[in-house]
Amino acid sequence: MKAAAKKRKTKEAPKKTNQKTPKKARTTAAEPANDHLRGWLRMLAASPRLRLVDLTQTLSPDFPPIVLPPEMGQARPFRMEQISRYDESGPAWYWNNLSFGEHTGTHFDAPIHWISGRDLANNSVDALPVEHFIAPASVIDCSAEAGANADFLLTVGHIKAWERRHGRIAAGSWVLMRTDWSKRSDPVAYQNLDETGQHTPGPDPACVRFLVKERNILGFGTETIGTDAGQAAHFKPPYPCHYYMHGAGKYGLQCLCNLDLLPATGALMVAAPLKIREGSGSPLRVFAIVPMRRRG
Amino acid sequence: MAQAPTRAKRKNPVLRTPLPTLPPHARSRVALGLTAAAARGALELQVCRDCGAVQYPPREVCRDCLSSRLTWRPRNGDGELVAETVLRTAQELYFRERLPWRIGIVRLDGANLVVYVHESVGRVPRRVRVEAALDRAGEAVLIAVSPNGRTDLSADAKLREMTCDPRGRKILVTDGKTVIGQAVVRALAAAGAEVIWVGEAEPWKKIAGSATLRDLPQVTMVPLDVTDSASVRELAGEIGAKVDILVNTADCHRTSAIGARGALDAAQLEMDINYFGLLRLAKEFAPLLKARAADGPASSVAWVNVLSIFALANYPPHGTYSASKAAALSLSQALRADLYTAGVRLINLFPGPVDDEWDQLEMPPKLSPGALAAAVVAALQGSLEDVYPGEVAQDWLARYRDNAKALERELSEGSR
Amino acid sequence: MAASGYADVVLAAPVTVPYVRYSIRGAHWFIGRALAQLLAAANIEKERIDGLAVASFTLAPDTAVGLTQHLGLTLRWLENPPMGGASAVVSIRRAARAVQSGDAVIVACIGGDTNHTDSFRRNTSAFSQFAQDAVYPYGSGGPNTSFALLTSYYMRSYGAQREDFGKLCVAQRNNALNNPLALFKKPLTLDQYLNARLIADPLRLFDCVMPCAGTEGFLVMREGTARALGLPYARLLAAIERHNAFPDDPVQFRGGWAIDRDELFAQAGLRHDDIDFVEVYDDYPVINVLQFEDLGFCSKGEGPDFIRANSFEVDGTFPCNTSGGQLSVGQAGAAGGHLGVVEAIRQLTGQTLGARVVDARYGLVSGFGMINYDRGICSGAVVLAAD
Repeated sequence: MKAAAKKRKTKEAPKKTNQKTPKKARTTAAEPANDHLRGWLRMLAASPRLRLVDLTQTLSPDFPPIVLPPEMGQARPFRMEQISRYDESGPAWYWNNLSFGEHTGTHFDAPIHWISGRDLANNSVDALPVEHFIAPASVIDCSAEAGANADFLLTVGHIKAWERRHGRIAAGSWVLMRTDWSKRSDPVAYQNLDETGQHTPGPDPACVRFLVKERNILGFGTETIGTDAGQAAHFKPPYPCHYYMHGAGKYGLQCLCNLDLLPATGALMVAAPLKIREGSGSPLRVFAIVPMRRRG
Repeated sequence: MAQAPTRAKRKNPVLRTPLPTLPPHARSRVALGLTAAAARGALELQVCRDCGAVQYPPREVCRDCLSSRLTWRPRNGDGELVAETVLRTAQELYFRERLPWRIGIVRLDGANLVVYVHESVGRVPRRVRVEAALDRAGEAVLIAVSPNGRTDLSADAKLREMTCDPRGRKILVTDGKTVIGQAVVRALAAAGAEVIWVGEAEPWKKIAGSATLRDLPQVTMVPLDVTDSASVRELAGEIGAKVDILVNTADCHRTSAIGARGALDAAQLEMDINYFGLLRLAKEFAPLLKARAADGPASSVAWVNVLSIFALANYPPHGTYSASKAAALSLSQALRADLYTAGVRLINLFPGPVDDEWDQLEMPPKLSPGALAAAVVAALQGSLEDVYPGEVAQDWLARYRDNAKALERELSEGSR
Repeated sequence: MAASGYADVVLAAPVTVPYVRYSIRGAHWFIGRALAQLLAAANIEKERIDGLAVASFTLAPDTAVGLTQHLGLTLRWLENPPMGGASAVVSIRRAARAVQSGDAVIVACIGGDTNHTDSFRRNTSAFSQFAQDAVYPYGSGGPNTSFALLTSYYMRSYGAQREDFGKLCVAQRNNALNNPLALFKKPLTLDQYLNARLIADPLRLFDCVMPCAGTEGFLVMREGTARALGLPYARLLAAIERHNAFPDDPVQFRGGWAIDRDELFAQAGLRHDDIDFVEVYDDYPVINVLQFEDLGFCSKGEGPDFIRANSFEVDGTFPCNTSGGQLSVGQAGAAGGHLGVVEAIRQLTGQTLGARVVDARYGLVSGFGMINYDRGICSGAVVLAAD
């Protein structure tokens, strides 16, 4: 197979995405990812069968939105209002108006979403390099630990243990924290709130720093409502996954599902957020392309 | 001696813009009866239902027979100016900044009224007519004017303060697309506005008549979509600091009854334009208007909302529209309280059905857009804040004040 | 039809806490210092004071009640007349009945106020419900507005000229030049009066009193008490008061005295020309004229002629406001009416601070006050006699 299509830089520079003088652009994950991309496309081409796994929760009004204290601005839950359904409001068509926040349902976080990323160049969803929307994924299985402890934290130790079995996490790849949390179909269990706040698993600060500095990953993905653990407001720094990842120009994915159907390595994930002017994130369709082994 | 500018002199940008001061606005509850009538442009005084004595200043029981059956009644205001003076010093900043003031005592219906005296009135003793107006704090004050002819408050250099005269002022009309919006723009131009910015949403939708607005020399079309916060913010950033009067004609009118099958989207659009649109405009423009309320002869003075008499009492055939206008009415009361801290007046108009597409099925009498526009101009030139233009509006208002529950029933039986 | 007379009631111990234009102290200071001076003047212990009548505009949030604790007084009689410049004569009328009946033995009558730089504005803006609703919003002129209207009406009705009012003001200033406590120390010429800056047409600067801080006080008791204390005293011969007189007059051109003046002179058993001096309430000179007329010294409308025919200095044909009056001494708030009483007592007991009216036997003190809306509501007068 010919080498993958030449990198095409998008010609249209987005208007007004970023008025500030950008900080010195950090090393983007583009170049290593493209190397991987070519490598993975070769592998996919060589693979007898491919399986596509949908990693996206259905956007519906039932899906729980993130909860903030009432004095803060609130993200809208997903709502659909029917415009017409083959009726007097529109005889031959059915369509709806939607309302939702950028961070409703399975969604993507861009660096501009966090204060640490606000001055980076090309930090909003409309300005991200298209090359970043397809990338390899490393899946770290924490389902047993998370099942036993809702406040389970992924540590550097866990990462290193995983790497001893599956190899070094590649630069420019997604790291997905599988917890099977998406199997909690009851929204009360999914949110898991009590009077001390939310109790959901996530990475600890040192783990995030490690993944950013030592592994230069593309982004971090979780099945829970946030990339950070439910109690992350109390960490130092608060919300370390958002803080360090977006501060380094990295991305987040939340409310993923079916991570249990992915291999630890080898899957190529497609995650392309909506092209919203100066958007901080968006709901999106996330899926993985998994090469099947001969045996599978 | 009138100083109404036909063209405001350019401001010296090095000088500090004066901040607004207000006349004293404390009033007892009984005295607010005067304000309620003045808001509608009427002079009302308390009359004792038992002995007929006219009371002034307002009070709790009759000064003659001690009856508590005092009722506010319209008066024709005919009286005699018996004493007058010109104040040359004042304790309150508002008056200090505007000295001198001509004050007098008018004997009317057996009561003594301390009044402002219009400069067109000759020296005492003099027959006069007393009118009620709203001062810059939104409270009722009495003014002695000549008994003959129509009073032009704005012709008196001091009393002009109590009006929101559009002459020489810069005005934003938020929607110039509708027939009402177009009529308002033309009427304001005829009344001497210096600049009229005309808001236009969805410029790809052409509406008959709106093109010719551009021909008026005062008119500048500006993009404005009150459903889009960014659009409102951008326009406020561009022209907000120059707007003296904001006339909100943005309106979404659908004829949906509450039980009608079908989409919520029309009702949501009505709310998004009629209620949230007002809220978006308020957040962006109110602070700017307040900052310039004392900015010379062409200061910011007023906010006008074209509501609907349906805001007062829901008209079920236009049920969701009525509710959205009622929401706008309530919100505008909050906005009025905010604007009055700087002496900027908020005027609401409550027309009955207008001769436009959405009231097509309503029976006459219907208000012409021109008549509604004339009412907007008259409200700005006068000194009122609650305007009920046209016969239907006046009729509904009378019924509402008489017995609001009866009106509710009448409207729900489909009669008007 | 007179009620029982004021026999056996005397006034003694005239005291003044010197006036200052502005003070940082509260009204309690001025009233407390006046009380101290009363005790010193009468040479009595504080416990001997068993009755107190206080008038003040700046005691809030206290009333006279607060003063009892503040000044350490235990009383069996307490009054707090809210009648402005009429409070002094009303205090006398109340205290007289108290001491006659034995409800109290020694009543201290004090009028006093502090004056901060914003006192005038605060006091006028919240003066009364009618003023708040129907006068203050029309230019915030306070009493200046009302008296300008009244003065212009009087001038138009009766042909008074500004020179007439000026004559009164100049005379009072001449009287004040002998008064070491007067705030105005320089002579006033008619020319200066006529050409002073306009306040509210036709009133000019010298038509208006200067608000200041200060106190006036005196004691009321039975004659026997005064003798036992060895105090010089003046007798109370007569007292009248009237509130909200002539409510249907379109503009106030006469005050309540017109109703009760015959009663006043009947009680006193005197004729008008028996009166040796008058201390009239003088916040604006037009009120002097109303008092001359309404107390019967001339007929209604003859005030201008009366002024032209008389001289008002201490040694004049009609000594009036012999210490200078409020117009030249200053108006210490509610003490404006007490000023005249205290000066009258001084004249009648030979304790004048300044010039004396020769052979003064009978003095008339008149009070007026409270522009509730468009006219002064309260009025009253007393006739005092030397012992």
